[in-house]
Amino acid sequence: MSVTVYVPRDAAAKAMGADVVTAAIAGQAEARGLSVRIVRNGSRGLLWLEPLVEVQTAAGRIAYGPVSLADVPSLFEAGWLDGAAHPLRLGPTEEIPQLKRQRRLTFRRCGLDAPLAPVPWLGLETALEMPPQAIVQQVADSGLHGRGSAADPAGNLWRTVAQAPSARKYVVCNAGGGDSGSFADRVLLEGDPYLLIEGMAIAALAVGAARGFVYVRSEYPHAVASLERALRAAREAGVLGCSMLGSGRSFELELRVGGGSHVCGEDTAMLESLEGRAGVVRAKPPLPAASGLFGQPTLIHDVLAFAAVPTLLEKGAAFYRDVGGGRSRGTLPFQLSGNIRHGGLFELPFGLGLRELVFEIGGGTRSGRPVKAIQVGGPLGAYVPESQWDLPLDPDAYAAKGLVLGRGGIVVHDDTVDMAQLARFAMEFCAVQSCGKCASCRIGSTRGVEVVDRIVMNHRRPQYVRMLRALCDAMRSGSQCAIGGMTPLPVLSALDHYPQDFGLVGEDARAA
Amino acid sequence: MSATAAVPLSTPHEPDGVARVLAERGHLDGPLMPVLHGVQEALGCVPSAAVARIAQALNLSRAEVHGVVGGYPHFRPSPARGPLVQVCRAESCRSMGGEALLQQARAAGHCTVEPVYCLGLCAQSPALMLQGQPHARMTPERLDELLSDAGDFR
Repeated sequence: MSVTVYVPRDAAAKAMGADVVTAAIAGQAEARGLSVRIVRNGSRGLLWLEPLVEVQTAAGRIAYGPVSLADVPSLFEAGWLDGAAHPLRLGPTEEIPQLKRQRRLTFRRCGLDAPLAPVPWLGLETALEMPPQAIVQQVADSGLHGRGSAADPAGNLWRTVAQAPSARKYVVCNAGGGDSGSFADRVLLEGDPYLLIEGMAIAALAVGAARGFVYVRSEYPHAVASLERALRAAREAGVLGCSMLGSGRSFELELRVGGGSHVCGEDTAMLESLEGRAGVVRAKPPLPAASGLFGQPTLIHDVLAFAAVPTLLEKGAAFYRDVGGGRSRGTLPFQLSGNIRHGGLFELPFGLGLRELVFEIGGGTRSGRPVKAIQVGGPLGAYVPESQWDLPLDPDAYAAKGLVLGRGGIVVHDDTVDMAQLARFAMEFCAVQSCGKCASCRIGSTRGVEVVDRIVMNHRRPQYVRMLRALCDAMRSGSQCAIGGMTPLPVLSALDHYPQDFGLVGEDARAA
Repeated sequence: MSATAAVPLSTPHEPDGVARVLAERGHLDGPLMPVLHGVQEALGCVPSAAVARIAQALNLSRAEVHGVVGGYPHFRPSPARGPLVQVCRAESCRSMGGEALLQQARAAGHCTVEPVYCLGLCAQSPALMLQGQPHARMTPERLDELLSDAGDFR
């Protein structure tokens, strides 16, 4: 009888040699006359264990990892196809503590099977039997919010687009905003692309759109390829196209690839890019919901918001709403990265604290040194000081302290980090990425790099610290999008909480 | 070959890549980005001679197309020389020594090094892509190996 072995095809697994491991497993099995069926699944998100190879046994799926090329012969020697003991054996996959304590809704299918394994499309089927207003109502009742900087209630947005009087409307997924440290979009696009397609199809039904676009970053070539395959398969299966699941309702979905411009993470800059121009932010109003892509009403969400939609349609608004607490409903896939022992993607209800996440789930730093700084919310998020590590990770609780949760990306630094250099990098990143539309961002970021340099070299330090603050104030209030408007967050949080790294001690630190 | 030298629009595999891409993608809504990606896939870059052809076919000015090419770091005006190494410079990779890898790749000399801002491999920092293949939890020794292997295939 053939034994099924799962080797992830996610870029994170490939980056650790999953392809050569797969070839070695096939080769060893053949040499030993064993029948093995290899499935290239998505990632379970336990990325420090990649390649995490699972063997289907009578007792369920048994995990081994991280498996390197050199380990493969010994795994066969040990009899891993029967789930036998081996130094790399992790036990039943579902019992791995970091997986067991998750509440996987959006990522519930991710990593279970091949990304293009048939799925039941239950959410879409449910939606096809509902009048559009009822779908919008379900989304509103569920309390779903957009993730990231555009964290508005999805229900309001859907209603606005649905009620806009236009024969042509669009639904657009912005997967162009993969901030540093936030790779959930990539894992989902590679591991369960059908979920995004289904969510967008439901949204199209609800708002009355017949066409949609997914805008993916060019830095994710594997996600682009995965989504492309999924779109082709969905068209061939009659899920997309002129008659969704035989309903007679049409929806065409196209993939577009960005060009390494982070401004396109902002929705209107992404629209410019889709229309064939450089990624420059548009003035608002009009909001895209009234006049977006090609001047038509456009519903824009990020990947995670669309991917939550099938679940809430299938299981009902109440089910979704009752996960999580406060005003933030549902779950958030937290992404632990940087200098971290157990880095990966962990889908949890909102409300856990940073300390628990980084130390209990993440196991502290990979270097073994003390944690010095934790950046939450991507490159435009603040460095959260230790005094706030017990604050619940919830958008409202964070906003109350002037912090942002963003897409749930968390980057850990150990005590060797120089926070002045990270502040300088935040300014440098802004200077590289600025689209140039707003002077405060375009000029402020370049001046910001120079000002941090002068502070560090102690050139009239107190004056330049004041100038840095003034500069940040100008950027915050004078920029149309988050690139210029939020770069001050990491810069000022570094300055406020780690003044010693800027050479500020004693009197200076208090005055700064 | 200097960076400004004219890049031929045909390759041995592809007598006229620009025409093929324009025929395949020129009819799309908002065709410019898909066309530019197609041309870069075919020719390894978006040369200035292609910009003129694209502008004419899509009824745009050369300045408009040039502005879009320049607006996205992904598009390059001349082909990469030697293996293409994309090293992540974002915070997560910095926390694990990504900047040193960038310097090391640049110093190696025989490859084209492009900084990128996040490959989505943050949990296994530092990360880079060599000729489109991702590599994570990189060390200076591993990079040396990869670069010398890549050099052999030149």
